[in-house]
Amino acid sequence: MPSLGADMESAILMEWLVKEGDSVKKGQIIAEVETSKGVIEIEVFEDGVVEKLLVEEETDCKVGTPLAMIKSDSKEKKEEVLKVEPVEVKEPEIKKEPIIEKQAEKIEQDTRVKISPIARKRAEELSVDITKIIPKDGLIQLAQIESIVQKIEVPKKVDSKRDQKDSMRKAIAVAMSRSNAEIPHYYLSTSINMTPALNYLEVLNKERTIKQRILPVALLIRGVVLALKEVPQLNGFWLDDSHHISEEIHPGIAIALRKGGLMTPALLDAGEKNLNETMESLSDLISRTRGGKLRSSEMTKQTITITNLGDLGVESVYGVIYPPQLAVVGLGAIIDKPWAEGDTLSVRKVMKATLAGDHRATDGRVGALFLEKLNKFLQNPEELL
Amino acid sequence: MKKDEIKSAIIKTILKVAPDIEEDEIELDANIQRSLEIDSFDFLKILTSMNEEFGVEVPEADYSKVDTLENMANYFLERL
Repeated sequence: MPSLGADMESAILMEWLVKEGDSVKKGQIIAEVETSKGVIEIEVFEDGVVEKLLVEEETDCKVGTPLAMIKSDSKEKKEEVLKVEPVEVKEPEIKKEPIIEKQAEKIEQDTRVKISPIARKRAEELSVDITKIIPKDGLIQLAQIESIVQKIEVPKKVDSKRDQKDSMRKAIAVAMSRSNAEIPHYYLSTSINMTPALNYLEVLNKERTIKQRILPVALLIRGVVLALKEVPQLNGFWLDDSHHISEEIHPGIAIALRKGGLMTPALLDAGEKNLNETMESLSDLISRTRGGKLRSSEMTKQTITITNLGDLGVESVYGVIYPPQLAVVGLGAIIDKPWAEGDTLSVRKVMKATLAGDHRATDGRVGALFLEKLNKFLQNPEELL
Repeated sequence: MKKDEIKSAIIKTILKVAPDIEEDEIELDANIQRSLEIDSFDFLKILTSMNEEFGVEVPEADYSKVDTLENMANYFLERL
C-alpha cells in the first residue's frame, strides 16, 4: 500500500482491476483503494506480469503492506511492489464523538470488543450491534459481519460520508500545523496587469467553439509553469535538511470541495503541456477530484502548490506551504483597478499574484524573480500557447 | 419552448455538473457562480451542456447576461 499523503496510515483495498497472470504496463491502474480523501486509483510502477495478489478485496491495509507480486519484464527476478511488512490488525481508535446520539451508548460499549477496522465500519454502516457478536479467534472480522447481514436485511446508513469529511479535516489540520511549526515562510506579492492576457484569450476564444475555450486560470497555470522553468529553485522539496529541485513540474492545484474540504491533486507533467493540453487536463482533473476518482500519482507527486481563489472574489491569497514542498503560488481575483502607465492613468484588469516560500530553501530574491517572470509571460501571452 | 421548460433544463444541467448541490439552493435571481460556488470550469461545463441541448452558444462577452437563472433563461428564450 503506497502512502498517498503524509497523513495517511492505512486504506481499504476495494477492488482489484487485474488478476493473477495479467500483463501490466507502467502507470496502468491495477486497483482502487478507499482513503479519507475518497477513492484513489493505484498505478503500477513498472512493466511486468501480476504473479500473485497478496491482499483480498475489502481489506484494510497499513501503508507499506505488500499488495501484489509483480514479475518484472526487465529483470528476470521477482519483485514485490513494496517491502514486506506483517499486516497487523490494529485496534482502531474509538471515536469519542457520537455519530448520532442514539449510537452514543453503543459506542461506549464497543470499546471492549475487538474488531477489525473495516468490520467496524461495515457494522456501523449497517447498524449491526457488534456487542452481540461472538468474536472468532478473539476478533470480529468483516466476513462475520457480512454473514450476519445476509441473514437480516438492515437499512443502509450513510454516515461513512461524514466520517470521510471528518478525517479529511483532520488530515488538513495535521499537514498545516506541521507546516506552520516547521517552515519559516516568507511572503511576496505583486500586482499584474491582466488586460493583455485577457484580451489575447478573448480573441483566441472567439475563433473556438465553446468546448475548446481556454479559461484564464489555464493561462495562469501555464504562466506559472513557464516561470518555474526559469526559476526552478521553487519547484521541489525540502527533505533531510536540504533543498531538492525537481526537474519535473507537477503543480498541485488547490481545488475546494463545495461541501467543505480541500484537495490539491497534481497536474502531472505540466511542464510538457501546451496551453490546450493544460486546459484539457485541468478540466479533467477538477471533474475527477470532485467525483472522487484520482490516481495515486496525482496524490503524491506534487512539487509546488497553486491556489486560485479568484472565483470567490478574494484579492490575494497568502498560502501555507504543504510540506515537503517549497512554495505556494497564490492567484487572486481579477479586478478592475486604476493603473498608471507612464503619465496616463487608466482602468485595467488587475490580479494580485503572491508567493509563499520556504526561507530555508530560498530567499526573497528567488521569489521576486519568479513573480517577475510570471508577470513577463502574462504581458506576452502569445508565449504561453 | 416555454421559459419554464428552459428553466428546468438549466436546473437539470446545474445539478448534473455539480451533483453536490441541492435543487432548493438554486435561486432565481442569485448569481449562479457565487451563490452555488460554481467555479469557472463548472460554469463553462454548464454552458457547454446547454449548447449541446439548445444549440445556442454563449460568447464570453455575454457572460454577464447569463449570470442568474432568470437571466440565463431569458437569454436562451430570445435565441431559440
